[in-house]
Amino acid sequence: MFGRVSAMFVKELLQLQRDRITFATMIAIPLIQLLLFGFAINTEPRNLPTAVLMQEDSDLGRSILSGLRNTAYFDVRRVAHSEAEVDHMLKSGDVLFVVEIPAGFARAVRRGETPALLVIADASDPVATGSALGALETAVTMALLRDRGLPAVVEGTKLFEVLQHRRYNPEGSTQLNIVPGLLGTILTMTMLIFTALSVTREIERGTMESLLSMPIRPVEIMLGKIAPYVVVGFLQALLILVAGVFIFDVPVIGNIWLLALLTTLFITVNLSIGYTFSTLAGNQLQAIQMTFMFFLPNILLSGFMFPFAGMPRWAQWIGEALPVTHYLRIVRGILLKGATLSDLGIEALALFGLMLVAMTIAVTRFRQTLD
Amino acid sequence: MNGDVVIDVQGLTKSFDGRVVVRDLSMQVKRGQIYGFLGPNGSGKTTTIRMLCGLLTPDSGHGTCLGYDIITQSVLIKRRVGYMTQRFSLWQDLSIRENLEFVARVYGLDKAKERVRTAIERLGLKGREEQLAGNLSGGWKQRLALGACTLPEPELLLLDEPTAGVDPKARREFWTEIHHLAADGLTVLVSTHYMDEAERCHEIAYIAYGRLLAQGTVDEVVAAAHLTTWTVSGEDLNELSEQLEKLPGIDMVAPFGTSLHVSGRDAEKLNRAIEPFRKDKRWRWKPDEATLEDVFIDLMSHAEDNF
Ligand SMILES: Nc1ncnc2c1ncn2[C@@H]1O[C@H](COP(=O)(O)OP(=O)(O)OP(=O)(O)O)[C@@H](O)[C@H]1O
Ligand SMILES: [Mg+2]
Repeated sequence: MFGRVSAMFVKELLQLQRDRITFATMIAIPLIQLLLFGFAINTEPRNLPTAVLMQEDSDLGRSILSGLRNTAYFDVRRVAHSEAEVDHMLKSGDVLFVVEIPAGFARAVRRGETPALLVIADASDPVATGSALGALETAVTMALLRDRGLPAVVEGTKLFEVLQHRRYNPEGSTQLNIVPGLLGTILTMTMLIFTALSVTREIERGTMESLLSMPIRPVEIMLGKIAPYVVVGFLQALLILVAGVFIFDVPVIGNIWLLALLTTLFITVNLSIGYTFSTLAGNQLQAIQMTFMFFLPNILLSGFMFPFAGMPRWAQWIGEALPVTHYLRIVRGILLKGATLSDLGIEALALFGLMLVAMTIAVTRFRQTLD
Repeated sequence: MNGDVVIDVQGLTKSFDGRVVVRDLSMQVKRGQIYGFLGPNGSGKTTTIRMLCGLLTPDSGHGTCLGYDIITQSVLIKRRVGYMTQRFSLWQDLSIRENLEFVARVYGLDKAKERVRTAIERLGLKGREEQLAGNLSGGWKQRLALGACTLPEPELLLLDEPTAGVDPKARREFWTEIHHLAADGLTVLVSTHYMDEAERCHEIAYIAYGRLLAQGTVDEVVAAAHLTTWTVSGEDLNELSEQLEKLPGIDMVAPFGTSLHVSGRDAEKLNRAIEPFRKDKRWRWKPDEATLEDVFIDLMSHAEDNF
């Protein structure tokens, strides 16, 4: 009994040692992932992308602006001048926050009329914007007192009032955020697995020799292998969406056909990436490991589990290279905000670019000989 | 280009991990010929065939296959060559019909369904076309593989040990089929370990340890070896065999059923060596023609082993 177990043990050990890449990934991957996510993930969001809509040009307005810039919570990226501009920024996800300084604000403050400061938050990700709303009032008050030497307010009275407006998800329901996120991550996982094994399977079963001796080009093999799963992926997406709408009350405000089109693109991107892994991997185990290595950042750095705005810059750049990051913006944009193609053009282009990159790598790295 | 030479390669060399597997190999195969490719295990037959159809890139050497350069025009070669792999490499989880239809579509054949139907009939696979290829017995798998590589009507067939593990009747049918195809102008390069199959080829090449050692018709190859052979019959052949093997002038001693083949490349030395044994009453000595097998075993034992 013991002899046979140890015979098996030694055999497995030898085989493991022969597969150098698998061996290396077993050591390297946990370490890389730990460092990567340990530093990148921050559940308390900072540097929320913010726009200020100036309805008047006043000294008070300017000090509010600089006051916001001085806090870690807000990253004032844009100064808008019209409602239409603000709408577009919110729909496309450029900013999560808009502070509107209404006309006559400065005068009203000086007169002690306690005017309203309008704040519009993109509540489609309630975690990201929730804590920042509280920080806003303090930051603005401090700025006004410091810069303008306004009379110190009497206990219990205020210089202004903050009028909150939560857009897209007024009740702050987390499901409205989670369901689109799940749509993206579930599709990513299943699509990657479908194609990640497709080339290695042919190699391991020996059918690659037949395939290579036939007059078929690598790009034809790739497209033929991806195509059936586009349909499968589309049906999967439909299933998740229908469940999301009927069980979790997710609204569909935007154009459903646009969503269908971009979902197909997203599915194709993931299938191409899976296929690329398949051409790079030497065997099925390696292909599966690459898939998981790629999948984890898709969950953690895409804005699905943790607010995108809260991550350090470098982690955001990694996030921008992941298809699900863009797809999340697309799904939230279309379902919750009614975004159109002009709002989502950059995300669509990013997906398209990622698809081209993956397909190019796959076609050029495809081994056309048995060397 | 000479229209009658289908395979024309010079100086093909290929090594894996620094070990030379095919060394400076040159060969010509004429149109309509059945060309046998023989050699011991690991001698580089499969490697050579793969280089011919563009599945492996030679380290050095050059040549043409069907008039196309084997290095730069492998795409054109693949369209006109049927390659039957040594190990069954069609899709085990597809049925016979599905496998053949896939091949027909990849080659862009017109009337694919109809061609597949006639191919199935011709191969005697009718009635089993829906059976999964993985469930076929060894011999039927070979038949399917041959059907798949002849389906696109290639000009050249490269068959890598197509009859390994096939029963004698099926083997004979297989060779009849090959001769029919060759009569229609198809060229066939076939590797094999069977002597009887070698004798059915128009020409043969013998490769050992990556080197081409002999080439020509069977008679030419046998003649070029200059082997003198004696057949010995009688009792205690094992004892005789042990004694003879050690003697100078005797290059090969091989048992053949109830007799023994004794050969040497130098007739005089051979005769001198067997002189004392010919007087022994236990054995009857008879001068004989060297067989192809004698020649191959002799070639092999003198080729340098590079393992
Ligand atoms: N991909 C490869 N990597 C490393 N070595 C290889 C590879 N392919 C073949 N070889 C080696 O090259 C040598 C020749 O192999 P090849 O398959 O051409 O022999 P063969 O003549 O077809 O033998 P057999 O009669 O057993 O089929 C063998 O020693 C084999 O181990
Ligand atoms: Mg072989």
